[in-house]
Amino acid sequence: MIIEPYYSKKIIDRFLHPKNLGKIKDADGVGDTQNLRCGDLMKIYIKVDKEKEIIKDAKFETFGCGHAIAISDMICDLVKGKTFEAALKVGYEAIADEIGPIPPVKIHCARLAQAAIKAAIEDYSAHSRSPEGRQNKKPCLSAGRKK
Amino acid sequence: MPKIYLDYAATTPCDPKVLRAMLPYFKKDFGNPSSIHGFGQKALNAMSEAREALADFLGCDAPEIVFTGSATEADNLAILGTVKAAKIPALPAGRQKPHIITSQIEHPAVLESCRELEKRGAEVTYLPVDKDGLVQVLELKKALKPNTVLVSIMYANNEIGTIQPIQEISEAINEYNIQKTKSVPTGHLPQGDKILFHTDAVQAANFLDCDVKKLGVDLLTLSAHKIYGPKGVGALYAKKGTLINPVIYGGGHERGLRSGTENVAGIVGLGQAVKEIQSPNYKIQNIRIRQFRDKLIKNILKNIEGSRLNGSLTQRLPNNVNVSFEGAEGEAIVIALDQKGVATSTGSACSSGSLEPSHVLMALGLSEETAHGSLRLTLGRTNTLKDIEKVLKVLPVIIQKLRKISGYK
Repeated sequence: MIIEPYYSKKIIDRFLHPKNLGKIKDADGVGDTQNLRCGDLMKIYIKVDKEKEIIKDAKFETFGCGHAIAISDMICDLVKGKTFEAALKVGYEAIADEIGPIPPVKIHCARLAQAAIKAAIEDYSAHSRSPEGRQNKKPCLSAGRKK
Repeated sequence: MPKIYLDYAATTPCDPKVLRAMLPYFKKDFGNPSSIHGFGQKALNAMSEAREALADFLGCDAPEIVFTGSATEADNLAILGTVKAAKIPALPAGRQKPHIITSQIEHPAVLESCRELEKRGAEVTYLPVDKDGLVQVLELKKALKPNTVLVSIMYANNEIGTIQPIQEISEAINEYNIQKTKSVPTGHLPQGDKILFHTDAVQAANFLDCDVKKLGVDLLTLSAHKIYGPKGVGALYAKKGTLINPVIYGGGHERGLRSGTENVAGIVGLGQAVKEIQSPNYKIQNIRIRQFRDKLIKNILKNIEGSRLNGSLTQRLPNNVNVSFEGAEGEAIVIALDQKGVATSTGSACSSGSLEPSHVLMALGLSEETAHGSLRLTLGRTNTLKDIEKVLKVLPVIIQKLRKISGYK
């Protein structure tokens, strides 16, 4: 039996050199999620092609372990160019296909990222009709954490 | 890339002298100490020598030492074994349960043993600690009750290095035992009615006085692999006359308290390791370790904004640094440091399969977020000033990067 290292090379690489890190200033949707048990916080920003309802761009900010950071980065890659329907289907399997096996204890990181995408799409849908659009979202760490 | 090891609280490398002492017992002197022939007797002798070495270190008699397969096993034996053997005084119905006092920041080996006893109907008090991680003796005194049979408080904490006032605690227990004796018409408290005091000294052994008489403990746990000995060996000191039942049953080894053919080579290794930690050279080295610790703490707190030291400034093991950083998660820091060749650990148990923040840091009153952002650096014999300087160089960069990722500030 081959034991996978706790942090695979691909995960380490994504963690150290994320491609989709940061905010999208004029984001069309922002998804904020947190896992109360492990303390991870994820925030995903999306830019939407409003005609076709396709995700044009996605970026993230994450407070969490190396897996959580690598997975946030990966899911941003995976949802780009996808319709909302297709983006919502990107889950653990799709992420693991790209990034390699994730230890069982870290599968919740993928679920959290999935929830962040869903929240971002819902945020877009809720605001797409309002004239002011989306702005002035709080930074990740001050997003309603109890002290 | 040179590797820097700063996780000595997790485990230590085997001392060369320890390894040399162990080797014959794997091959040439492989006998079973229970055998009456020459092979067996040679192994038995080696084990007796190791027992003497431990007795010398702990200031007790050799027969008071029980070798086990790990410190966890020794903790289990101390707790499950004494509570099993304890007599509960006649009390009103519903109050005859054995009562155990421990702290909220114990090692899981102690906490889970207590939880198991709770499941079996025992009553357990988990004492809170102050913001530095210290057990308050006054709180302990208040918790002592007629049905209290055991107190288990660790000597020094594995995560934050806080050193507990073991002597003061034993004095408080002793006082209570004296009062209890006065209430007995015969004026003599039978064994089994006396409250026993156990301490897990696994992390303390490298640095602190473990004389059981000075400490005033009835039971004390040691581990070999935390003191430059091999993994898979522990020991329990159990004061003569202490009523204790085995947890493992079989051929009656170790005075019937721990059946199973002894790990002779490992026990010889533990004996040698205990001799080594008392050598003057290592005592001097411990001073250097303390200086490195202070340099790390001082510079981290000074150079990294939003950092805090967890645990006590004064009542602290000389090799322990535990710091939290706002906006950076512990495991991410550990894995980023590992990429730079620096091996550390997180206070939180996230990596060991549980997602909960560290029970120790939560007991100090830290927020979940701060508890998740903790980093533990534990120093040891191989560390040099260069190692410390490297950590101080790479750590701020890592924290800054992780803060950028988390969108902090």
